[in-house]
Amino acid sequence: MREEFFQLWVYLSTSPLSGLTFTLLAYCAGLYVARSLRLHPLANPVAIAVAVLVALLTLMGIPYPRYFEGAQFVHFLLGPATVALAVPMAAQLPTLKRHRWPLLLALLCGGAASALSAVGIAWLMGGSMETLMSLLPKSVTAPIAMGISERIGGNPALTAVYCIITGILGAVVAPYLFAAAGVRNPLVSGYALGTAAHGIGTAHAFQESAAMGAFAGLALGLHGLIAAAVMPLTIAWLRAM
Amino acid sequence: MIEGFTIFLAFQLAGELVARGLELPVPGPVIGLLFLFLVLWFRSATPANLTDAASALHSHLSLLFVPAGVGVMLYSPALAREWLVILVSVVISTLIGLGVTVWVLKALVENEDERQ
Repeated sequence: MREEFFQLWVYLSTSPLSGLTFTLLAYCAGLYVARSLRLHPLANPVAIAVAVLVALLTLMGIPYPRYFEGAQFVHFLLGPATVALAVPMAAQLPTLKRHRWPLLLALLCGGAASALSAVGIAWLMGGSMETLMSLLPKSVTAPIAMGISERIGGNPALTAVYCIITGILGAVVAPYLFAAAGVRNPLVSGYALGTAAHGIGTAHAFQESAAMGAFAGLALGLHGLIAAAVMPLTIAWLRAM
Repeated sequence: MIEGFTIFLAFQLAGELVARGLELPVPGPVIGLLFLFLVLWFRSATPANLTDAASALHSHLSLLFVPAGVGVMLYSPALAREWLVILVSVVISTLIGLGVTVWVLKALVENEDERQ
């Protein structure tokens, strides 16, 4: 009986079903913890789910590619979810048109400030050149950031790590900063989250309201488009000097 | 709902075709987002099946980042080497990025709203 149960478990733990089920269970656990702490900013559902899954996969010795066979069904939805950001953005068109210049300026200032301060601090602390170049695009949405990192001599895999950490940290610290600065306008808070903390910041903004999510999505998209054009050119120009 | 989801996938596919065809440094879904935004710009109202599908996808957007997050955390050997540099740099620069964006927007947007 025990032997049969073991065989069954071996079969199930290798099927995509378990990877998918574990992902949803870990996320539900993260949501449950976040809700029971009344959505305390430190209880970020993504961070909790990732920590639970990393512990689980390590303990059970499941390699990531096998886990991903199931988790890919969730991962795949990131594409259509990105396209779907056009819907809440279109709903905010009048506000976006009215404030187009401040929004563009805020994105350029916020984006440059986070990229330059990240590289500056790491440089002061003696970080390697590879670390500096991998850090530069860390506030840009991960797929674009990885492309930038590759072109400027960073390590795309490391950039992905820094992007995820930036996103989670941004979602965690933003509520404190908004409270301290007295921010009540969803345009300001959403846009700042999208600029500094891309996708995970945007996900956090959607938990607050659809309007805040829309402004975050706009900032995420704009930041990605501008950074993809500006960052590689600036680095190439600096290297040529 | 299903129509909305189909439209998102069709725009993503169009975005992938353009991004790969022109070798753009921007992923297909972002180009698809741009296309759909332009289409919605010239329509007076967004159809309900699009709004329903979008809010279904966005209500648990956090979940969609979990698989990538797990992969990234499992494969971070170089993070261990310079973890202090990275942690300090990421924490402070994220605060600075948020703070600067908030500061510029508060100054300019509230100014524009007061003028109207």
